[in-house]
Amino acid sequence: MDVKEVEGLIRQGIPDAHVEVRDTTGGGDHFEALIVSNVFEGKGLVERHQTVYKALGDAMRVRVHALSLKTLTPAQHEQNRR
Amino acid sequence: MAEVTERIESAIRGNKVMIFMKGTRSFPQCGFSAATVQIFEELGVPFATADVLADPELRDEVKRYSNWPTIPQIYIDGKFVGGCDIIREMYESGELEPLVKAAVGQSAQQ
Repeated sequence: MDVKEVEGLIRQGIPDAHVEVRDTTGGGDHFEALIVSNVFEGKGLVERHQTVYKALGDAMRVRVHALSLKTLTPAQHEQNRR
Repeated sequence: MAEVTERIESAIRGNKVMIFMKGTRSFPQCGFSAATVQIFEELGVPFATADVLADPELRDEVKRYSNWPTIPQIYIDGKFVGGCDIIREMYESGELEPLVKAAVGQSAQQ
């Protein structure tokens, strides 16, 4: 699975999301993702990650071995960049 | 209730910090499980682990039970807290220590 495919699935599930995915090993099954979206507003980390896993669906179970997630609201992302 | 579900519930009820992981505390079989164990060792709190690689039924059921597709999975005081990324993020932000210490009945260091 390539980075574009992972990004596509996440965007499909979270349409407003800013998504950056990196393949950490080059093997197409270990990824790291930064996702910034309004849907995370008012949600805890568990619920945020569950939202992303749901967007990935079966791919998460079968094709992705590891996915490291950073989930931020636009306000948090802005703060991090400062 | 399935026997494996009962085992999960009794593990999270019986241990203030319960980690479902790949491998054992001394020999983690995955970097994310290793990183998680290391954080709890640094915090110096008692914790229990269960090796999902030794038990495929447990591996499937804990994913379903927590509605979480990856391992490790961490429960603190009977509540699902998340996987390695969340534990790491909470540790770095300083949220994890008071939560864990309150659960095991130690006072947090300032």
